[in-house]
Amino acid sequence: MKILVIAEAQGKEIRHASRSAITLAKNAAAAANGEIEIAIIGDDIEAAATAASAYAPTFTLSDASLANATADRYGAAIAKIVEQRGASLVIAASTSQGKDCVARAAASLGGTMVTDAIACENRDGKLVWQRTMHAGGVAAWVVAHGSPVVVTALQSAYEPAEPTGETSVTALEIDVASLPSAIQFESVSTKQSDRPDVTEAAVVISGGRAFKTAEDYEQLIGGLADKVGGGTGSSRAAVDAGIAPNENQVGQTGKIIAPDLYLGIGISGAVQHLAGMKNSKIIAAINTDDEAPLLDYADFALIADAYDAIPELIDKL
Amino acid sequence: MKILVPTKRVPDPDQPIHLNADKTATDLDGIPCIINPFDAIALEEALRIREEERSPAGSDIEIVAVSIGPQACEKEIRIALAMGADRAVHVITDAYIDSWVASNLLKAVADQEQPGLILMGKQAIDADNNQAGQFLANHLNWPQATFASEISFEGDRVKVARETDAGIENVSMALPAVITTDLRLNEPRYASLPAIMKAKRRPVDTHTPADLGVDIEPKVEIISMETLSAKRNCVRVSNVDELIVKLKEAGAL
Ligand SMILES: Cc1cc2nc3c(=O)[nH]c(=O)nc-3n(C[C@H](O)[C@H](O)[C@H](O)COP(=O)(O)OP(=O)(O)OC[C@H]3O[C@@H](n4cnc5c(N)ncnc54)[C@H](O)[C@@H]3O)c2cc1C
Repeated sequence: MKILVIAEAQGKEIRHASRSAITLAKNAAAAANGEIEIAIIGDDIEAAATAASAYAPTFTLSDASLANATADRYGAAIAKIVEQRGASLVIAASTSQGKDCVARAAASLGGTMVTDAIACENRDGKLVWQRTMHAGGVAAWVVAHGSPVVVTALQSAYEPAEPTGETSVTALEIDVASLPSAIQFESVSTKQSDRPDVTEAAVVISGGRAFKTAEDYEQLIGGLADKVGGGTGSSRAAVDAGIAPNENQVGQTGKIIAPDLYLGIGISGAVQHLAGMKNSKIIAAINTDDEAPLLDYADFALIADAYDAIPELIDKL
Repeated sequence: MKILVPTKRVPDPDQPIHLNADKTATDLDGIPCIINPFDAIALEEALRIREEERSPAGSDIEIVAVSIGPQACEKEIRIALAMGADRAVHVITDAYIDSWVASNLLKAVADQEQPGLILMGKQAIDADNNQAGQFLANHLNWPQATFASEISFEGDRVKVARETDAGIENVSMALPAVITTDLRLNEPRYASLPAIMKAKRRPVDTHTPADLGVDIEPKVEIISMETLSAKRNCVRVSNVDELIVKLKEAGAL
């Protein structure tokens, strides 16, 4: 079985989430005697492709017109690459790009797609997949009919793969001019932050509706995160109120994370929020309300006002 | 312009989840259901595009809600009509519908209705698949903008701000197009009781998958399900010092 991982470049490296997808690919390869290849699409991706080739033989589709991941163009490119490489299993990371472009590719590849896989197993010669549903309240085993099977890996379920040694990088021959381009990329407002991404940080300091302003959130949640070298997260309510940036949102419909420490401050613990962080190794909560649902899912809780506790934590750590 | 808004019926997320006897599906018997929150946001946005005369079509917009599922979906369809949809299409089926089949059924409805825009939720909060909108856009060979947090029009093009991992991304595309909604787009209105009563008179066209000519064999089938509880034994610490000690002992700091 040929397994193709669609990896995302990030500067000279491949994204952390893509390394988690490679781990899922390795598990699937071990379970079903597979062979892994990696494909990278983009512009100026030579260094990232070299980095990717440390995990498995890597194929590139590089062109100035592929600098931004528009779904029609990337979707068609991914479908062509999968057909050309003859892959029967396609694995990507469950990122916004994976959901947008890889799902579109899956439709033209026959429509067999498993989103947010957390495990795979070989049952009677066929791979079956485990995924979560209902905001993480249900885990389901599913069987995927048809070929190729397209799977996105839930990043929090897989440690990022470690490089195993040098292999090859090969440029693919695909007529880029024939790819659709009805979606026009205009601009992106990327965050300017030196902090680790919420999906990659070992420690996540997460703030909710308890914070009154964006300045308070940045000073307290951001300040504590900087003190421990962590990333910042937030509830949806904090995003909606304009207190926290959207890309920090943790939950069913935001980022799903499992850091070593998740410290939720002024977050009540709605099911949709729990879906994004309940598998963290250690969970701690600071809340004025002893009855906040998040406390049922935490290892440690401090009943205190965030505005008192955080400055003290910053001071004492 | 016609805007098609798929509205899926899902169990109320605030209710406990029950599985059926052989643990292959959720048991919705007696469980209150709602319009998938993301689809309600899509419907709200369609209404606002019309009310604010945001598109070149001004207020000349027909909004058609589409629901796929058992007879019981009628209730949520009436709510969509009460919110302001002009009419509805109900594809009646008791079968398990995966994203592939749903997208094929929606394609068949879109072929009949010829909308200028399809607005739908980025994911349904029961299956959490995040696939149907992308599949549908591909079937129709239309451009797509997923995870929309802002929608505006410029001539015959629609501009969408998208919530991505990297931040807000702005794209534009010609109509017809598929847009999937994120939470920040708007806060849906409630359907008032009088509006719900009045909605009883609005037309609902019914179809079956067979009369739409769509095969309902799923691509992804559920073998088994289990409910998960992630509750932990929470230790209450009495002050910041103790919290630091506990976190250090646990190796978390
Ligand atoms: C379809 C859908 C999807 C959703 N997806 C997500 C998602 O992905 N992620 C997500 O987070 N939410 C999501 N939500 C929203 C979710 O339901 C909750 O509304 C949200 O998580 C609540 O955020 P919060 O805990 O910050 O706010 P609240 O529920 O208002 O809680 C605030 C908490 O702060 C505490 N507090 C107040 N003041 C202080 C203080 N000074 N010091 C300490 N504690 C204090 C309060 O006791 C309370 O527990 C979704 C909702 C819907 C409908």
